[in-house]
Amino acid sequence: MRIGRTLALAKKEWKRILREPAFLFIIILFPVMLTVAFGTSFGAVGGAQSASLSTAVVSLGGNSTYSQEFARDLQTTGALDVRQLLDNQSAQSALSQGQVQAVILLPSNFDSAVKSFESYPDDPSRWTNSTVSVYLDKGSILSAQVIPTIVVQVLGQGVLGVKPSTQALPFTLSTPSTVKVQGTSVFQSFAPGLFAFASIYMIMMVAQAYSSERENGLLKRTLVTPTTSGDIVMGSVVSYLVIGLVQAILVFLCVYALGYHPVAGPAGLLVGFFVVTVFALCNIGFGLITAAIARSAGAATGISFVFLMPQLFLGTFVGIALSSTAQAAGRFLPAYYVTDALTSLFTRGAAVTSPTVMTDLFVVSTCSVVILIAGVQVFKGFANR
Amino acid sequence: MQKQETLTAVAISIEGLTKDYGGMRAVDNLTLSVAEAEVFGLLGPNGSGKTTTINCLTGILRPTAGMVRVGGFDVQKETGKAREIMGVSPQETAVYPYLTGRENVQLFGELYSVKRESLGERVDQVMEKVGLIEVAGRKVSKYSGGMRRRVSIAMALVTDPRIILLDEPTVGMDPQARREVWDFVMELRDRGKTVVLTTHYMEEAEDLCDRVGIIDHGRLIALGSPADLKAEYGARDLEDVFIQLTGRRIREGA
Repeated sequence: MRIGRTLALAKKEWKRILREPAFLFIIILFPVMLTVAFGTSFGAVGGAQSASLSTAVVSLGGNSTYSQEFARDLQTTGALDVRQLLDNQSAQSALSQGQVQAVILLPSNFDSAVKSFESYPDDPSRWTNSTVSVYLDKGSILSAQVIPTIVVQVLGQGVLGVKPSTQALPFTLSTPSTVKVQGTSVFQSFAPGLFAFASIYMIMMVAQAYSSERENGLLKRTLVTPTTSGDIVMGSVVSYLVIGLVQAILVFLCVYALGYHPVAGPAGLLVGFFVVTVFALCNIGFGLITAAIARSAGAATGISFVFLMPQLFLGTFVGIALSSTAQAAGRFLPAYYVTDALTSLFTRGAAVTSPTVMTDLFVVSTCSVVILIAGVQVFKGFANR
Repeated sequence: MQKQETLTAVAISIEGLTKDYGGMRAVDNLTLSVAEAEVFGLLGPNGSGKTTTINCLTGILRPTAGMVRVGGFDVQKETGKAREIMGVSPQETAVYPYLTGRENVQLFGELYSVKRESLGERVDQVMEKVGLIEVAGRKVSKYSGGMRRRVSIAMALVTDPRIILLDEPTVGMDPQARREVWDFVMELRDRGKTVVLTTHYMEEAEDLCDRVGIIDHGRLIALGSPADLKAEYGARDLEDVFIQLTGRRIREGA
């Protein structure tokens, strides 16, 4: 293997991406457009970080002091635009028509529950237990993720004056959520997943590049020079690693400009970029496997979706909105760990040495190397077909 | 008919070459040699085994049996060394459409590890030779079919190789462009290069080749200079010889 050949082939691949409109679009322009489109669609533009979801509160026990206080506290979170409605029927009607994203139903014993807690804060046996029902707009991802958490926070800290995470409450929520989204827009939770989302399309590009070169005899032609298949693969690895890094930088600049400001320090940013760049190896591997299976560049485009779609749906920001089963399935895909690492580093502010980040890094690196080796081996067998 | 000729300076030696694809025999016990500075034409109908033979010469295909030596190197065992002295222009016009003509040729120079200092000059020389220097900076996707084929030939010649394999080098070219390639092949021979070409144009083989080998169904059925073959078969031209040996039935396949 010679470095001169590797670089020559890498340069050739960069020229392809810059000069072929389809490649340039998918690899460079698409990530930028996607990020801007999601940013503008999901609340990052305009400076406001509030989701401002329209929410209806219905008190079945009438407009009591506590229910008023609850509604007022909900409003002051800044995340919700609260209005009080008199009956559940009109609230449900508003919900079904998309006029509100959630309905919070305070039961008739709501006041009793609050009073019992205030009288015997340390004796749950004497509390009046109450169930607060939260009806969510299924078409709103954010409402499903944000509102239950906010309701629990407000019930605890606002109405009862305690931290719900450390103190039991006399309330049960009928639609509990474990996702922590603290007064942010959907874009804030989506942003880390955009990095993997943009990179995954590399599978299609690599598959197309190799298939078309095999189809028009270029691969064979290259292989009758002193160039080895190792040189060719290394050329791709070098070029797509650089492209992966460029994509990550572009997506980062876009999300930053749109208001997503990672809490990670320089080390966290470096590790984040490293994870995304290493993930490119995995995509090259899948691209090679696709090219090996496909008989033409057109077929490669179609087959690439076999590897592309599961990762897109289960391993990127899309997975946030999916069922717990689908999210569990995502754990079998490298993209999931890329998104998880970036969420931990950029959004949660996890240390680069934290177990989560280290695990993610290990899984992404190991999977990427294994899939790349598998891709090279499979493709070598089909290169001269 | 299987003939073997003894030549003093052998550039290419093929001994008992056999290549099977599954149950089909594409090349059957082919034996021939090509001398240094010789232009040798490999002729045959579609599917006769010409391209398979070329692919075995380049090492891209592993023979089922037999041995191929190029420039004294066993192609199977010393593939890298054999390839370093060979320039190959394949049957397909395999050029990168998004690169310029110059970039295509330069890339192949880099793949052959031509020294950076001399590469630029060498690229200009071959682009001049194939008549594309004026449009060398234009993307190949803008070239005509004939121009692309000339770029393909330039890519094979950028290293100034000792042995050149041209698989149907003038397919799709207009008469002027074809004549230019012919002149170019003559010049290569004058410079002591060994050229093996396959072609369907019998007048091309007759004008260019010192010797030709006609293969059919993977077997060598005639070998000699065009003049000798014409005399041997009482034909007025090489096309007559070809038709006499391979028949008039149209063949399919590559």
